[in-house]
Amino acid sequence: MVRLPAVALWLALLAPEQPTLAADAPKERQPPLRWAADAEGGAPYICKDPKNPNLYVGFEVDLAAALEKELGRRIEFVQYDFKSLISGLQRGDFDLAMNGIEVTPDRVKAVRFTRPYYVYSLQLVVRTAETRIGSIEDCKRLGATVGTLEDTAAERLLDQEHISKKVYGNQVEPYVDLELGRVDGVLLDLPIASYLARPNPKLKFVGPAIAPGYYAIAFRKNQELLAAQFDAALDRLAQQGKLRQIYEHWHIWNKLQEQLANGEHVDDFLRESGRQWTFDRYFPLLLEGAAMTVWLTFSSMLLAMTLALPIALMRLYGPAPVRLLATVYVEFFRGIPVLLLLYFLYFGLPVIAETYALPVSLKLQPVLAAILGFGLNYAAYQAEIYRTGIASIPVGQWEAGASLGMTRLHIFHRIILPQAIRVILPPSTNDLVALFKDTSIVSIIAVEELTKEYQILAKSSLKYLEIGLVTALLYLLMSVPLGHLSRYLERRWGKGR
Amino acid sequence: MNADMQVAISHLTKRFGQRLVLDDVSLEIDAGQTVALIGPSGAGKSTLLRSINGLNTFDEGEIRVGSHTLLPNRSHHGCPGARQVRRLLGMIFQDFQLFPHLTAIENIMEAPRCVLGLSPADAHQRAMRLLDRVGLGDRAGAYPQELSGGQKQRVAIARAMAMEPRGLLCDEITSALDPELKGEVLAVLEDLKREGLTLILVTHEIGFARRAADRVVVLAEGRIVEDGPPGQVLDEPQMPRTQQFLSQMLI
Repeated sequence: MVRLPAVALWLALLAPEQPTLAADAPKERQPPLRWAADAEGGAPYICKDPKNPNLYVGFEVDLAAALEKELGRRIEFVQYDFKSLISGLQRGDFDLAMNGIEVTPDRVKAVRFTRPYYVYSLQLVVRTAETRIGSIEDCKRLGATVGTLEDTAAERLLDQEHISKKVYGNQVEPYVDLELGRVDGVLLDLPIASYLARPNPKLKFVGPAIAPGYYAIAFRKNQELLAAQFDAALDRLAQQGKLRQIYEHWHIWNKLQEQLANGEHVDDFLRESGRQWTFDRYFPLLLEGAAMTVWLTFSSMLLAMTLALPIALMRLYGPAPVRLLATVYVEFFRGIPVLLLLYFLYFGLPVIAETYALPVSLKLQPVLAAILGFGLNYAAYQAEIYRTGIASIPVGQWEAGASLGMTRLHIFHRIILPQAIRVILPPSTNDLVALFKDTSIVSIIAVEELTKEYQILAKSSLKYLEIGLVTALLYLLMSVPLGHLSRYLERRWGKGR
Repeated sequence: MNADMQVAISHLTKRFGQRLVLDDVSLEIDAGQTVALIGPSGAGKSTLLRSINGLNTFDEGEIRVGSHTLLPNRSHHGCPGARQVRRLLGMIFQDFQLFPHLTAIENIMEAPRCVLGLSPADAHQRAMRLLDRVGLGDRAGAYPQELSGGQKQRVAIARAMAMEPRGLLCDEITSALDPELKGEVLAVLEDLKREGLTLILVTHEIGFARRAADRVVVLAEGRIVEDGPPGQVLDEPQMPRTQQFLSQMLI
């Protein structure tokens, strides 16, 4: 009952597909395709028409109109948050996404891209008065901060080049902050720079166009047929010079666009670049990340331990106000997420310095901010471990020392602390291993430790599993010896009880 | 010589909250005397002993040891007076309070090294001599948990003696020991008495008090009820409170 019609439907779909769509299908009866993009501050891609807020303008609006004509099918615009375009597409909220979406290896895995419709490059923009920065290398050398848009090729390039970055949710704000001096440069796609920065006399382009890439239209993987129609339509638009017309109208045409007519396919290009990430190419980068992880862990722990002992002693033996101070410290730093603390130290402090016109900029280097954040956070935990450890030594030991004429300091140093260390050691090494893995969250302030390195490499090479396993192995190679070290120390210090 | 080591307690009063633990206690102990403090539990014996060592504060009265004076309501932490008194009178605890992370000999060497500033060699020599004296020369490298209770207490005595005090305060130092181990500790005390040390003992060992003490002081409800030579106090007690206590001890 069910099977027969199903098979019949399959056959009907398979055989006469092409001619049906091209010729016979009544164009008006097909439902319009839903096209998602983010029109918020989205010029020159798509934004509201200043003359008539009910309409949208932009080169992608013109491109959609040309495609509509070419395909004989209506395309309807849907407003959608830029960051969620890929997930929204996969959820089926709309049929296609076209919004300056850069073709990247990780996205190729997730969606079916059409052939490219624009070759973008990245353009560095600085203030007109700027003299030090002439290229992206200068930014790296000077430790300059560069603004960019979240989850774009530009952001990834800044990460790869270890350039300190400031990431924005839309493309207008970076240029505003650049003018105000909050960032030293802005790296974004050329169409954005052309539209938002070139007309601004306070800003200028510097350096060559960097790292060209493609914009393409994204479909769901199972929409092969529809995507193929768009491929063909885009090819025709390129051959006919329609694309050039549109881009020239928006002042974004350049020589790079000529390759669009050559019909190069993005997937091949990307698979080729993925193959180049061999073990001996990515492993040294992972090792670099691992070294950063170890450095972060031990520096933070050293800071935490140094802070924790005075805090514990203040809580145990200080006069009431000092005790209260130490308690507030512990409760505060134990009570806030370390992520929030890192954000505050890295992004918040400079804002405070600026707002109150402090004589220091408080712009911490990412690694310093990370060590400080973890150090302050773990000091709270360590202080509690120390406090309970020290308090667990019977008061009789203090009295025995006192009756021998020893001073309080001496009793603490020679009698109490050596015994307390045995109590303190196991939970402390536990903390160390926890910290070791916690460091993976510092990627949010652009520190490239092991996990961040993995993310970058995996996205660039598509070898999620292979590089993931190597990364996990590196973590284990480091954390297992830590566990052994702690057991060894417990045995060594545990003797005599 | 003797006068500079006299222990003179006058009008000592100590309260724990509402409870009067020591009630106007006065007592003078001459150098070289062996005094047994006996009495029912809760009488304030240990509190009195700890007060002499500056481990307790007290509310009224004063304690003089030689030329040093402890005054009421004063924390003795870091108080030079208390430190001087402790140099003259060592203290032995019921539960030993050896330092568990140090060996027997390290326990003994610690204070001479850090308080008296002895060289490691001198401290070691002194500690070895004392260990031999308490019969533990062969256990120098043992950690406290490897020693029996009697051995621990003998190490604790050697530790106190290493500071060369003029007397020892002993707080029920055989109470935590099995009967067969008490003898070895009491023998050490008798040896020290012969050397002329002042010994103030809180004890339940009536037999030892009779044999070794020069003087027995009975404390009950925070007051001294009887004070005299052992033959008199233990065998012909004058006060009903002493008679009552001793009859309970003999049951």
